[in-house]
Formats: sequence, structure tokens, C-alpha cells
Amino acid sequence: MLIKAFLIAGLFCMIAQIILDNFKITPGHVTSLFTVIGAILSFFGIYDNLIKYAGSGATVLISNFGHMLYTGAIEGFKNEGLIGLFTGLLSKSSAAITSAVIFAFIFTIVFKPKS
Amino acid sequence: MNKEEYKKLVKKLTPKEDKLKNVVVAFLIGGLVGFLAELLTEILINCYSFERDVASIWVCITVIFFGSISTALNFFDNLVAKAKMGLILPTTGFAHSITSSALDYKKDGVISLGSNFFRLAGSVILYGMVSAFFLALLKVIIYG
Repeated sequence: MLIKAFLIAGLFCMIAQIILDNFKITPGHVTSLFTVIGAILSFFGIYDNLIKYAGSGATVLISNFGHMLYTGAIEGFKNEGLIGLFTGLLSKSSAAITSAVIFAFIFTIVFKPKS
Repeated sequence: MNKEEYKKLVKKLTPKEDKLKNVVVAFLIGGLVGFLAELLTEILINCYSFERDVASIWVCITVIFFGSISTALNFFDNLVAKAKMGLILPTTGFAHSITSSALDYKKDGVISLGSNFFRLAGSVILYGMVSAFFLALLKVIIYG
């Protein structure tokens, strides 16, 4: 599992680097692209298998954000019907967004920006 | 010197980025991040009897923590200059984008800090949410 995690995470970063180097785009474009790719892979049921295969090697990537958004919406629909699409979309990815916001806020208050 | 010659000269003198080296470095660093994340997950599962789902969320939060604090301590940019996408594609890049824009706009005041907080991470959240929503809607329409 550790080796598989290394390979999958490395492979995704490698593809991202190839895209970044060969097209005139910024890293921001690439991360957005991979979030959407994550949602698409999740739609076809591929990302679940990827997580089964590589564990945290797949969940540590930004594409997992797209996967969590998608699965959150689907689970919401299963539990609550149509309204679940709206209430469930952010449910699973809440951990990532909340922690990023909270840590960023604390560190911004505590540390000085570079001059 | 005419235009053609000038273009040739510019092409010759522009430093060429070593694409192959970039790709190999991104693979190794990205792989290392995945490896460490999985290692931490398995430690949480085996030593502290976490469920795998819960453990991977804790690992995700830990990765975000390190991404955020290394940005605040000013050494994330130096690391990215070497590691390229190897550190931007993992969730560290997401944490970095929020923390760096927050730090950049800190001096402009509270409101400016707030409104520029998602300046870089906004596109990830927007396009992620829009695509995931419509894909989920499509799935629901097709399969009920």
C-alpha cells in the first residue's frame, strides 16, 4: 500500500507537471483542472477504486476534493432526496475547507508577511 | 539585425527549463508526500485503532496544517521552486494558496484580508463545486 501510494501520488503530480510545462497556464489552472478531473473520475467510479488501491496516496491530492464534493452530493441525494444535492455537496469536503480556512486565519494573525 | 535573426538570438539566450528534470522531481516529491500520508494513515489505523475513513481525514488535516504553517514561515515558496507540482497538487497547495493570499493582504486591513482570502483558492472551490454538482445531478437523472 505504501509503494502504491507513492506511485499514484507521484503519477498525478507528474501528469500535472507535464501539463504545466507544455501549456501556457498557471499552477492555479492545473489545480482547478485536477479538482474537476477528480469529480469526473468519481462520476465514473474510478476514484473509489483508486482510493482502495492507493489509500492516502489518492486522498492527499487536490483531485480528492472533487471526489469528496461529488460523493457528498450523491450521499445527500440517497438520504434526503433532491434537497440532499444541495445540503450534501460540501458535507464531506468540509474538513478540508474548514481546516484550511482556520489554519490560514490563525497563522495570518500570528505571523508577519514577508517584506 | 533583422527580425528573424533577433528572434533566433532571443530563443538561444532564453534559459531553457529542463522539462524532464521537472517531471522527475515532481514525481518523486509528489510520491513522497503520498507515501508519508499513507504511512501516517497506517500508523493511525494500527496503533490508535482509527477507522480508515477517519484516519484519512485526520491525515488530510495534518497535511493542510503543514502546508499552511510552512507558507506562514516563508519557506513554502522556496520548496515549490524546487519541487514544482509535487507540492502544489497535494492538498498542501490548497492550504498554501489561502494562507499566502491572506498574508499578502494582511497589511491592507481587515476587510481587504477577508475579501481576498479565497483569491487563489476560489477557482478550485468554484469549479470543483459546479462540476461535482452537475455530475451528481446527471448521475441522479440517469440512475434515479
